[in-house]
Amino acid sequence: MPAKTLFEKIWDRHVVTTRFGQTLLYIDRHLCHDGSYVAFGRLREAGLKVRRPDQTFATPDHYTPTHTSSLDGLPDPRARELASAIKSNCEEFGVTVFPWGDRRQGIVHVVGPEQGITLPGLTMVCGDSHTSTHGALGCISFGIGASEVAHVLATQTLWQKKPKTMRINIDGKLGFGVTAKDVILAVIRQIGAAGGTGYAIEYAGQVIRDMTMAGRMTVCNMTIEAGSRSGLIAPDETTLDYIEGRPFAPKDEKWDKAVDFWRTLPTDEGAVFDTEIDVDGDAIAPMVTWGNSPQDAVQVTEHLPDPDTETDPDRKAAMRAAYDYMDLKPGSAITDVGVDRVFIGACTNSRIEDLRAAAAVAKGRKAVIPAMVVPGSGLVRAQAEAEGLDKIFTDAGFEWRLAGCSMCVGTNGDLLAPGERSASTSNRNFRGRQGPSSRTHLVSPAMAAAAAVTGRFTDVRKLMEPA
Amino acid sequence: MEPFTTFRSLGIPVDIPNCDTDQIIPARYLRVARTDPDYPRFLFHDLRFDADGIEKPDFIYNQEPYRDGKIIIADVNWGCGSSREQAVYALAANGIRCVIAPSFGDIHYNNCMKQGVLPVRLSRADCDTLRRHMHDAPGAELEIDLERQTVTALNGTTFGFEIGEFDKHRMLKGLDDIGITNGFEADIDAFEHSRPDYSWL
Repeated sequence: MPAKTLFEKIWDRHVVTTRFGQTLLYIDRHLCHDGSYVAFGRLREAGLKVRRPDQTFATPDHYTPTHTSSLDGLPDPRARELASAIKSNCEEFGVTVFPWGDRRQGIVHVVGPEQGITLPGLTMVCGDSHTSTHGALGCISFGIGASEVAHVLATQTLWQKKPKTMRINIDGKLGFGVTAKDVILAVIRQIGAAGGTGYAIEYAGQVIRDMTMAGRMTVCNMTIEAGSRSGLIAPDETTLDYIEGRPFAPKDEKWDKAVDFWRTLPTDEGAVFDTEIDVDGDAIAPMVTWGNSPQDAVQVTEHLPDPDTETDPDRKAAMRAAYDYMDLKPGSAITDVGVDRVFIGACTNSRIEDLRAAAAVAKGRKAVIPAMVVPGSGLVRAQAEAEGLDKIFTDAGFEWRLAGCSMCVGTNGDLLAPGERSASTSNRNFRGRQGPSSRTHLVSPAMAAAAAVTGRFTDVRKLMEPA
Repeated sequence: MEPFTTFRSLGIPVDIPNCDTDQIIPARYLRVARTDPDYPRFLFHDLRFDADGIEKPDFIYNQEPYRDGKIIIADVNWGCGSSREQAVYALAANGIRCVIAPSFGDIHYNNCMKQGVLPVRLSRADCDTLRRHMHDAPGAELEIDLERQTVTALNGTTFGFEIGEFDKHRMLKGLDDIGITNGFEADIDAFEHSRPDYSWL
């Protein structure tokens, strides 16, 4: 048998048929959220059913409030309608839903793995670009648009062109205070915001093998910010330990069968990727983005780059535009930049490990600017409270909120004021992402907490006790 | 879906690399029904209007004659970021039926195809040439011929482009994907009943 990549092994097992250069790909599990209302509406208009409600799961996240347990607390009546419509849509079509008020509710990309819905070897889709997150467990998962969501609901398949494959090898050992968020920001800085376009990316190397599942999810989550729809990581003991016992994961004999199968999935020795890239894990430091593309990142010890030294005229113009929008000056130290507000949360960094990392920095200190912590799910929130993290945060003056997408995208009303500058653990620093004229800097949870207690970007390593 | 065969219109050069879908339509409009009469205004909203809703004269789509254009010539990584199909609804609401760019966000590229907006990949050099041409000759028209897979500037320069056979067929006929896939129902049934590696699922 020819040597195959992890991606190919999964893809090949999901081909229903091939026509005119496109594959009709079978979808094992489909996740929906409150933004999926467009697709449910289309299904209803066409008089169609959900083909496999048993393979479809949903939870509201984009429009849910984080400051109150009542949907009536949402200022916008339409947001209120959408945050609750997912429940009635799912009931109408027979789909499993973790609705508002259920402890299992949360950000769909946190809930899927947490419930054991996300499993190795599967194909998974969701009408959200950060569906790349789930690939951390060794599956093919990618974001789709509303028409494709409707297509999957109706047929449990998708017409897809097979992407090319890329492997990013991150070897070495991460230094003190360096996290998965810093790794993926360093990767995107190296390959660019379109570096992965048209590819599925497998992450490999010692740094990935050493990473927790939460860290792997952070890395795969931001794969889309490098232009690739799918990031994936070979399942190993860390993956199995994470999955075992989760509500929707296989049990008993089925577990044994699944594990036997999953162990065959890692990329074979000698398998060929269309592109291979090496990243030096030893050289990665805590990162901060400065511009309006996730590729605009610097190490916290660096000064901001000079557009005049950039040779590509388009890139030069884009950098100047970003400096203007962000109200920053080339050559300044990022640690001289003051921050107005801190957001810790989003599908990138709202898991229990992320909250522990932020709490370790916040503990015994005081936030000098407004800071909010938004857990990724009701269960993450409960776990954090059981560990006393909520108390650490509130004692330090951070707001402790309810689960949802919140200020990553702001569709629930959690927004920066115009001109405000955030240190945010989310995934996008696009213009206006956190509200009109908002200025977003992407950082790790620990770096965000450091910004909260110092009021500016600060090298978190100076606030941490070496282990 | 409206079929796409040939299309001729003024070209709008949008000189923004990595123009993400948040720029094409800000997130606060995602909740609004596509039938809303204000929908055309959501396209490029925050690039196009100030906080008081007044047009920013510097933005190309606010300028004559570009505001009447129905073909966008973009820069690298057009439509990266969020999967929101509303970005395509906003283009379509303004009658824009074709975007030409050196590269597209993968999800947005597919979304365009589903809504009859043709995404055309040309080389970066060709896109630069076309954008310059549009700046130098405001109101210059382009003609897209999907059957022949060509973009023709009215000075006679023609650029060929690649498109998947499946996508081309769907666009030319204006076919709906679900309708096509329903023809494969027996294959999907057979697939679901023959998955030995997934007996644990």
